[in-house]
Amino acid sequence: MHPAPSVIVFTVLSGLGFGFLAFLSAGLVPVQGWGAFALWGLGVGLAVAGLVASTFHLGHPERALLAFTQWRTSWLSREACVAVLTLLWLVPEGLGQWLGFGWPPVWGWIGAALCLLTVLCTAMIYAQLQTVPRWNLWTTPATFLAFALAGGALMAGFWQGLPALAALMLVGWHLGDGAFAARAQDMGTATGLGPLGKVRVLEQPHSHPNYVMREMIHLVGRKHAQKLRVIALTLAALVPLALMLALPAHPATLAAATLAHLAGALAQRWLFFAEAEHVVGLYYGARA
Amino acid sequence: MTALPAHTDKKLGLAIDLDTCVGCNACVTACKGWNDQSHGLSDQDPYGAAPSGAFLNRVHSYQIEKPDGSAMVVNMPRSCLHCEDAPCVTVCPTGASYKRAEDGIVLVNEDACIGCGLCAWACPYGARELDLAAGVMKKCTLCVDRIYSDDLPEEDRIPACVRTCPTGARHFGDFADPDSTVSRLSAARGGIALMPDLGTKPVNRYLPPRPKDTLQASPLAPFLDIQTTGFAGWLDRILGKI
Repeated sequence: MHPAPSVIVFTVLSGLGFGFLAFLSAGLVPVQGWGAFALWGLGVGLAVAGLVASTFHLGHPERALLAFTQWRTSWLSREACVAVLTLLWLVPEGLGQWLGFGWPPVWGWIGAALCLLTVLCTAMIYAQLQTVPRWNLWTTPATFLAFALAGGALMAGFWQGLPALAALMLVGWHLGDGAFAARAQDMGTATGLGPLGKVRVLEQPHSHPNYVMREMIHLVGRKHAQKLRVIALTLAALVPLALMLALPAHPATLAAATLAHLAGALAQRWLFFAEAEHVVGLYYGARA
Repeated sequence: MTALPAHTDKKLGLAIDLDTCVGCNACVTACKGWNDQSHGLSDQDPYGAAPSGAFLNRVHSYQIEKPDGSAMVVNMPRSCLHCEDAPCVTVCPTGASYKRAEDGIVLVNEDACIGCGLCAWACPYGARELDLAAGVMKKCTLCVDRIYSDDLPEEDRIPACVRTCPTGARHFGDFADPDSTVSRLSAARGGIALMPDLGTKPVNRYLPPRPKDTLQASPLAPFLDIQTTGFAGWLDRILGKI
């Protein structure tokens, strides 16, 4: 799949933002007054920046309000609805921590759950697609949630989510590598000609790549996939873990660890798209 | 809206005969022409070095190596299969994609499409292409603006690709009616559904190439043992003795 910058930025920033907001909303970050204002601003800023980035690849962003209508069937519509509902739900909680008025803790816990539900909806946009076997696995929502939780926790000063994140990244890659073959689709089933013999492309249907090929048959960069996996794992989990354990708890430590984590998350998400193979590639002989 | 209808009265679709298709691409150009003039179907750099554009129908050519080692060429037009469980419809966030309850045709309401492309990702068959000029998704409409037209002559009230096919390889009809031409063709020829394991329940069927007779020996065999007569025969005998 084509690793479009808009969807990479969308999923990474909004995932991290909502993960951090979950910790803020749950009251796990002891902060008040203008400190609360700054941290809530950071969380909301990340979440909203991601959501705004998601509209950049749309053909008609001015019609984006229509995307709130089909929540009964569409995970993309659910994601839009839940994201906005969550941000609205968090308003009194954030104001309460900033301005120091009491608000029932259960409100904040529900807000934290809504943050994670938003991330789950984001992940399901991809995990629901049977056409992309690498995504159509339980590890997709698990990894998205792990990034949100581990990243949010890191920003809140906790390193404890990082080992689980590292483990899930490894499991996701391992299961993902065998997912396409496990789906048992090949040129024979794609064309229905398999019973006749071995199917090969004789001539492509068009001389220049079309939308389907550009969007879904992305081959560039896969040769560096193993190196990028090491980089993603190191930056997203190992470096922040080492920084948090080795250095004293200081805002600079948190900032450095978070930036490393963010870079690793971007690398992981680039791989998430670039390594994903769509079954339509079979018609073009992408996987003979 | 993007919920699929529980039942469609008709299941309109195509039966495409892979035995008859010669890969001439007439269906591709007829489709492009009709849909470009009726709704717009843009090209980018059509006469330049890197021509590209939205098409609703593409013709692939495949070579099949049969178990006996012989080769076979199959031309395969690929377009929307108007699936009963169309995943492209349910993923649509705006309600632009829908499947009609009356005839099962899968359509895009271009006024509601935001061009997010998720429906194209959800389709296993590559049937949807984004029109880069219009910013909305395009797909085969089964020529819904022809088949119900009161203005066109009766014989033209079929999809443009079917109307134009010079070999009669494309057939249009109602798969819900067991006595329709397409249903009878599909039953008689063992019509194929593409990637049925993905659960999309395609309506369109592909009629596989008919079995052909097999050559027992080289086609050149009759020419390898020529019995010469007359002067050539005399020369053959003399030369053989030298």
